[in-house]
Amino acid sequence: MEERRKKLNLNRVPMPKQPPETRRLNFEEVALGYTDDLARLEAERCLECKKPTCVRGCPVMVDIPDFIGEIKKGNPEGALKIIKNKNSLPGICGRVCPQELQCEKQCILAKKGAPVAIGRLERYVADWELHNGRRSIPEIAPSSGRRVAVVGSGPAGLTCAADLARMGHSVTIFEALHVAGGVLVYGIPEFRLPKRIVQAEVAYVASLGVEIRLDAIVGRTVQVDELLSDGYDAVFLGIGAGAPIFLDVPGKNLNGIYSANEFLTRINLMKAYLFPEYDTPIKVGRRVAVIGGGNVAMDASRCAVRMGAQEVFVVYRRSEKEMPARHEEIENAQEEGVIFKVLTTPVRFIGDEHGWVRAMECVQMELGDPDESGRRRPVPKPGSEFILEVDTVIMSLGNSPNPLVPQNTPGLETTRWGTIVADENGRTSKRGVWAGGDIVTGAATVISAMGAGKRAALDIDAYLKAL
Amino acid sequence: MFKIVDKKTLSPSTKLVVVRAPHVAKRARPGQFVMIQIDESGERIPLTIADFDRRAGTVTMIFQEVGKTTMHLGTLRPGDELFAVAGPLGHPSEIALYGKVLCIGGGVGIAPIFPIARALKEAGNTVLSIIGARTKDLLFWEDRMASVSDELIICTDDGSYGRKAVVTQPLQEILMKEASNIARIWAIGPAVMMKFVCKATEPYGIPTIVSLNTIMVDGTGMCGSCRVDLKGETKFVCVDGPEFDGHLVNWENLLMRLCIYREEEQLALNRWLETTQGVIAAGGKA
Ligand SMILES: Cc1cc2nc3c(=O)[nH]c(=O)nc-3n(C[C@H](O)[C@H](O)[C@H](O)COP(=O)(O)OP(=O)(O)OC[C@H]3O[C@@H](n4cnc5c(N)ncnc54)[C@H](O)[C@@H]3O)c2cc1C
Ligand SMILES: Cc1cc2nc3c(=O)[nH]c(=O)nc-3n(C[C@H](O)[C@H](O)[C@H](O)COP(=O)(O)OP(=O)(O)OC[C@H]3O[C@@H](n4cnc5c(N)ncnc54)[C@H](O)[C@@H]3O)c2cc1C
Ligand code: SF4
Ligand code: SF4
Ligand code: FES
Ligand SMILES: [Mg+2]
Repeated sequence: MEERRKKLNLNRVPMPKQPPETRRLNFEEVALGYTDDLARLEAERCLECKKPTCVRGCPVMVDIPDFIGEIKKGNPEGALKIIKNKNSLPGICGRVCPQELQCEKQCILAKKGAPVAIGRLERYVADWELHNGRRSIPEIAPSSGRRVAVVGSGPAGLTCAADLARMGHSVTIFEALHVAGGVLVYGIPEFRLPKRIVQAEVAYVASLGVEIRLDAIVGRTVQVDELLSDGYDAVFLGIGAGAPIFLDVPGKNLNGIYSANEFLTRINLMKAYLFPEYDTPIKVGRRVAVIGGGNVAMDASRCAVRMGAQEVFVVYRRSEKEMPARHEEIENAQEEGVIFKVLTTPVRFIGDEHGWVRAMECVQMELGDPDESGRRRPVPKPGSEFILEVDTVIMSLGNSPNPLVPQNTPGLETTRWGTIVADENGRTSKRGVWAGGDIVTGAATVISAMGAGKRAALDIDAYLKAL
Repeated sequence: MFKIVDKKTLSPSTKLVVVRAPHVAKRARPGQFVMIQIDESGERIPLTIADFDRRAGTVTMIFQEVGKTTMHLGTLRPGDELFAVAGPLGHPSEIALYGKVLCIGGGVGIAPIFPIARALKEAGNTVLSIIGARTKDLLFWEDRMASVSDELIICTDDGSYGRKAVVTQPLQEILMKEASNIARIWAIGPAVMMKFVCKATEPYGIPTIVSLNTIMVDGTGMCGSCRVDLKGETKFVCVDGPEFDGHLVNWENLLMRLCIYREEEQLALNRWLETTQGVIAAGGKA
């Protein structure tokens, strides 16, 4: 015991980052990734536990000690093989998984306050492949002659499609937008997840034989029932929770008030930050308020900083402690100069004679008794109203499911929140139709959407074999 | 990629393109639209499906050159390709047998009103139509409109063709003469025109359907850019519309929201006009 304690190295190897004053001015990636040496150093800290608790924290059960062992040996290619067995999108997960709540939370060293930086190591391995181009195509089972339609190309759809293709089924993805990737391309900004990484992962899925049909809106271009009658043996719905929620207060439709979805889509998907080289415009004023406290709010506020806003406020109705955003992202935003106005909520937006937002009236909040979510309910403090001058507002209050598919698919049961009802394997109330990811759980995480896609693929495979 | 198979010039600034997009043509119905993107660095813009041919797998769009993207589109020729065409989007028009109906098309709005008028006629309605434009050169499809209308009134703002009037003038006369006979009105055109049509019909309580042209990004209900205020209720034009009961629309808000990117649009246009294609486009017009 004494022997072992001495060996514990509690110095997590930090990952180099662009300094705040530089990165405030560009859309390039903030975190720069480990070098080979830094990766080895961090890998050395892993105890390669016999009963690794970390694996239990990973929704897709990546064989963490095994891949880290390969890094120790200086064999990133071997590490990659091990990761790819369970996770076909490591370059993405290594960057955006909330590791502190998942694998790293369960790491034995977390108790000592210094879990192994599993996410950073996973990213290192994925980046290694990107640089070396040594993409090994996994084995693909002989053709089953069965066809599956996957709707949506977010992490749920991509994972489900990749797994089904490897099982020998012929898979077509239907994607509404002109680019595949879901939130990974239209929501999460370039500086946190470079689009070339997503493109590489999408290309990998396509290399497995998956056909990706863009500009195809299920519910409009084609119906689920048509897919089922046109020769698809099963359908997986990975359509995300993509409809924006607006704060229902006076003035919400003034010019200059965006949903986070619109703001981020213009910037990330349509590249408005490169306007006028790219045609899509965006308007970012001098004083920007982002309403909300989740990851999306952090992304929006950090984009606003990069678009040249002078002051960016995150306005959140609870206290910083309750903020759902990742701690790391809150810290990044603060470093970049974002100002947090907590325990505050807008009660109306005030416009000028041309219909542009000029200010918002806010009220201060205090925390009362816990609500159904277990968090303390914010209640307005009477008489605490004040005016905050702003010329751009970004509402980042979460998303609700887009009703296009449910409305046009008879027999598909939904909850009162509009999410699709599905069991743990993704089976819906409609025969031959599975669903997974945000459309079932409501807004969650990339890796949980992938996990859902994986489980559905297994169940669909079993179903197809029994047909 | 989606190939342009035909192109026509209907007026100096109004053009027609026929694009191969079988996935859209297969399901298209009057009143629906597509989102198009010319190339990878382009923006996504909505255009109404003016016509479609399911067998040929093509859709027809008619557009007015008002800025960078529509002018760029105007320079493309048969054989050129569009980067993205997504659709059909929005709800189709509600076509039924109403009795006597009135269809009003202003400017480029003549294009989308035509398939609606045709469908209404086919459904057995008596179709009264008014089409109008600023000047004679901007009018098109008089013959097509005439072929599906029991009566067609044509007007231009400057009197260069038909009556010298804006469309609301003949509308007022019809309303005074026989408002109680008109079961339903469709009005498609510039937002200001639709607003005044609705103002005119409201006192008579005649249901007036308008097709709103708010600024869009995705066209699938994801961004909320296209939102419109209907008597306090917020709706998304791309998924809840584009057709709405015009008497519910908050026109002031709609008109203001259409101006959000005026400066950027001007900049984009000027910049484009400096390119070779832009010079040709501008030269071709002069
Ligand atoms: C700004 C932002 C930042 C985030 N940051 C993180 C993070 O750091 N870490 C993390 O783990 N999670 C993060 N998330 C959450 C995470 O991105 C989502 O939980 C995840 O993407 C859900 O995956 P999905 O496959 O279910 O859906 P999505 O990624 O939403 O993909 C759905 C896809 O389906 C398409 N689609 C929808 N309807 C149709 C239709 N009718 N026909 C055809 N296609 C359709 C959409 O266009 C889209 O491409 C973030 C989310 C946002 C918005
Ligand atoms: C459902 C719908 C159907 C439409 N159908 C037609 C049609 O059949 N024919 C036609 O000529 N026009 C149609 N429009 C309008 C057309 O989309 C705009 O004229 C076009 O986007 C202008 O782009 P631009 O770059 O050429 O001009 P810009 O100079 O960029 O814009 C000129 C004006 O067009 C509007 N506009 C700009 N960008 C957009 C956008 N992304 N989405 C919507 N409006 C925008 C704004 O009011 C702007 O001030 C339709 C609009 C909608 C919402
Ligand atoms: S996929 Fe995410 S949770 Fe799993 S090991 Fe990788 S970073 Fe951790
Ligand atoms: S729990 Fe921590 S130390 Fe143990 S194997 Fe997992 S990462 Fe390594
Ligand atoms: S255009 Fe984005 S929601 Fe309508
Ligand atoms: Mg434009």
